[in-house]
Amino acid sequence: MAVVGLINMENMAGEKEKLGFEATELRLGLPGNGGTIEVEGGRKRGFSETVDLKLNLSSKESSDSDPNEKLNSLQKKDKNLLSSATDPAKPPAKAQVVGWPPVRSYRKNMLAVQKSRQEESEMGSGNNSTTSSAAFVKVSMDGAPYLRKVDLKMYNTYQELYDALGKMFGNCGSQGMKDFMNESKLMDLLNGSDYVPTYEDKDGDWMLVGDVPWRMFVESCKRLRIMKGTEAIGLAPRAMEKCKNRS
Amino acid sequence: MNYCPDEVMEHVFDFITSHKDRNAVSLVCKSWYQIERSSRQKVFIGNCYAISPERVIERFPELKSLTLKGKPHFADFNLVPHDWGGFVYPWIEALANHRVGLEELRLKRMVVSDESLELLSKSFVNFKSLVLVSCEGFTTDGLAAIAANCRYLRELDLQENEVEDHKGHWISCFPESCTSLVSLNFACLKGEINLTALERLVARSPNLKSLRLNRAVPLEALQRILMRAPQLVDLGTGSFLHDPASEAYSKLKATLLKCNSIRTLSGFLEVSPRCLPAIYTVCQNLTSLNLSYAPGIHGNDMIKLIQHCRKLERLWILDCIGDKGLGVVASTCKELQELRVFPSDPYGVGNAAVTEEGLVAISAGCPKLHSLLYFCQQMTNAALITVAKNCSNFTRFRLCILDPTKPDPVTLQPLDEGFGAIVQSCKRLRRLSLSGLLTDQVFLYIGMYAEQLEMLSIAFAGDSDKGMLYVLNGCKNLRKLEIRDSPFGNKALSDDVGKYETMRSLWMSSCEVTLEGCKALAKNMPRLNVEIINEDDEVAPSSDDRQIVGKMYLYRTLVGPRKDAPWYVEIL
Repeated sequence: MAVVGLINMENMAGEKEKLGFEATELRLGLPGNGGTIEVEGGRKRGFSETVDLKLNLSSKESSDSDPNEKLNSLQKKDKNLLSSATDPAKPPAKAQVVGWPPVRSYRKNMLAVQKSRQEESEMGSGNNSTTSSAAFVKVSMDGAPYLRKVDLKMYNTYQELYDALGKMFGNCGSQGMKDFMNESKLMDLLNGSDYVPTYEDKDGDWMLVGDVPWRMFVESCKRLRIMKGTEAIGLAPRAMEKCKNRS
Repeated sequence: MNYCPDEVMEHVFDFITSHKDRNAVSLVCKSWYQIERSSRQKVFIGNCYAISPERVIERFPELKSLTLKGKPHFADFNLVPHDWGGFVYPWIEALANHRVGLEELRLKRMVVSDESLELLSKSFVNFKSLVLVSCEGFTTDGLAAIAANCRYLRELDLQENEVEDHKGHWISCFPESCTSLVSLNFACLKGEINLTALERLVARSPNLKSLRLNRAVPLEALQRILMRAPQLVDLGTGSFLHDPASEAYSKLKATLLKCNSIRTLSGFLEVSPRCLPAIYTVCQNLTSLNLSYAPGIHGNDMIKLIQHCRKLERLWILDCIGDKGLGVVASTCKELQELRVFPSDPYGVGNAAVTEEGLVAISAGCPKLHSLLYFCQQMTNAALITVAKNCSNFTRFRLCILDPTKPDPVTLQPLDEGFGAIVQSCKRLRRLSLSGLLTDQVFLYIGMYAEQLEMLSIAFAGDSDKGMLYVLNGCKNLRKLEIRDSPFGNKALSDDVGKYETMRSLWMSSCEVTLEGCKALAKNMPRLNVEIINEDDEVAPSSDDRQIVGKMYLYRTLVGPRKDAPWYVEIL
């Protein structure tokens, strides 16, 4: 069972910390993610790992709590989590808890925008000026033989983008994408064979299109990928939450 | 009992300004109630659904200033859907219909439409002050109406609102005859602004004391504005980007030398760190500095800046200051009363640059510290115990460890003892936010020692109902309790239902209360609204009472269930 495996990992990691075997430490996520987990002081952990640590401690300290009950409640908590991808072939999703850390959305959005603007100016890239220049990104669609390019600056809303992508890739999935913003159709979409637009942001993460304000999306989108609905399921729960929050 | 004529009592009451005190006065006897209500001008409504506008207007005929709060606090963190409620329009409509002489309106976490703003601007001749904090639902068109129609406007203060920006023309809507502005804050607007109109507005506002600009105001414009308003006390810069070798920069530096009244500084939404020396002279007199939206200032530039701020009483900063930078704050800012350290990477997990070391340094160097908001990588019991010893004056203590259930990294113990020390030492603590690994023990301490506690925020903490019970039974002054992802259930919820009528509200999400428990509570307590927020439309709302409720928000109210709830909110 995955949880038991993680508990063992914590015990091993504890010992390894003393011995400094950081290279052999088990970690979740893609093999190439080296350097993101530090052993001393602030160890970066996905939330599910620390939740399991809690289980470990309380089963030692309080004889009252039944470890199985704890397990059930912890698994319930997974509802709030985006699970880390275990399949290296798929793009990895971050383990995030809804509404944590408790920072106002306004502040989060401001800092994200400022950060991306900062990175742009530091890189001295051609996309420096935010108003005039174009923002071409590659668009791939699962099953299509060629990639295309779109200029995100040509559009003002997500709907315009979907319309354009629909026209570009013909009939497959355009209807599905139009229904994307409609909550009740979302689950149908993901369960069926329809298509879902995703994008790679400046951090290299694959995100579901539509979560963030349009301008912020344009500034952080590096490329687009129109995935088959069935493959996008891992990205869905958080988007559902945000989608509903935004409606 | 009352040997003084009413007019004398009224005069005495004029000196009683805090709403808590006035509320207390009104409870003494019927005569005092009448005198108080007929003379009260400022009313504070902490929950807009606790009372109706009509009843407020009826009770306070001299109403001039109204403060309203709408959504629960956790709405700030995306835990409440956008259209849950908190609409201001019915309030403005009622105030207009009853011809209330409204002069000031302060709103927090409310939905404000352009229609409301337009109605507001046209209905109250003497309207002077509009303050919107964390609100949404309006565009710059609404602001244009306020600018155009409120002839005696003194204050337009927009803090951290989500505003749809239709670009700069709203500032041109202030008529030439408008010369009364004292405070203008539009830092949260994202779009362009008509710079000429802005400069002319500043030029004809001799009483302007507070001005906070948005990102679209470049450095040259800032210089011209400061030339016109050297009397400013509170300045928020927009963009602070320039070549320090340029003439524009030297001009700004010279202009700033004349602005010796500035005591509050913020902004730097985009910044060239090499331009910062221009503000060093201003820094010497600063009492309040907010760099929390200035990720462009870090490292040595930040430290050099802080070293000029010896008189600082309030500091809001990003965690890129690091423990070392906090050490500099501790040795420089001996007058510090309030510190907020925000995460510079809010989407990241566990990469904050400050730890318990920074906090300990601050507590040792700043004896006047009483208000803290601290986002950090980790915290230890030892550090918290030291902080409690060094600073027993905390009134607000909010700690947020980015990894929500992280134990003490040195001992691997929960942080119960550390927080226990804080509540035991800080006898005047009114607000507390917990994080890290916590068991029921911390709540035992809170119930025992935190006598003045009014607001408590709990996340991912506790082991059983006992935890919540300790708090509800122990904290006599508790007004707001918000809990998420903690194992508290019906037993804790229903133990002392009368308690909730002494509180403003209770929020519980991802806990273990069931629909059955909530229904039982609602049935016994008609003066509470128990709202269940069901966003998951796969599960029919009232099908199975044993199911665990995702989000529950309950609050006391004198006006029964509200009628503006969206379809997914069930009011039991």
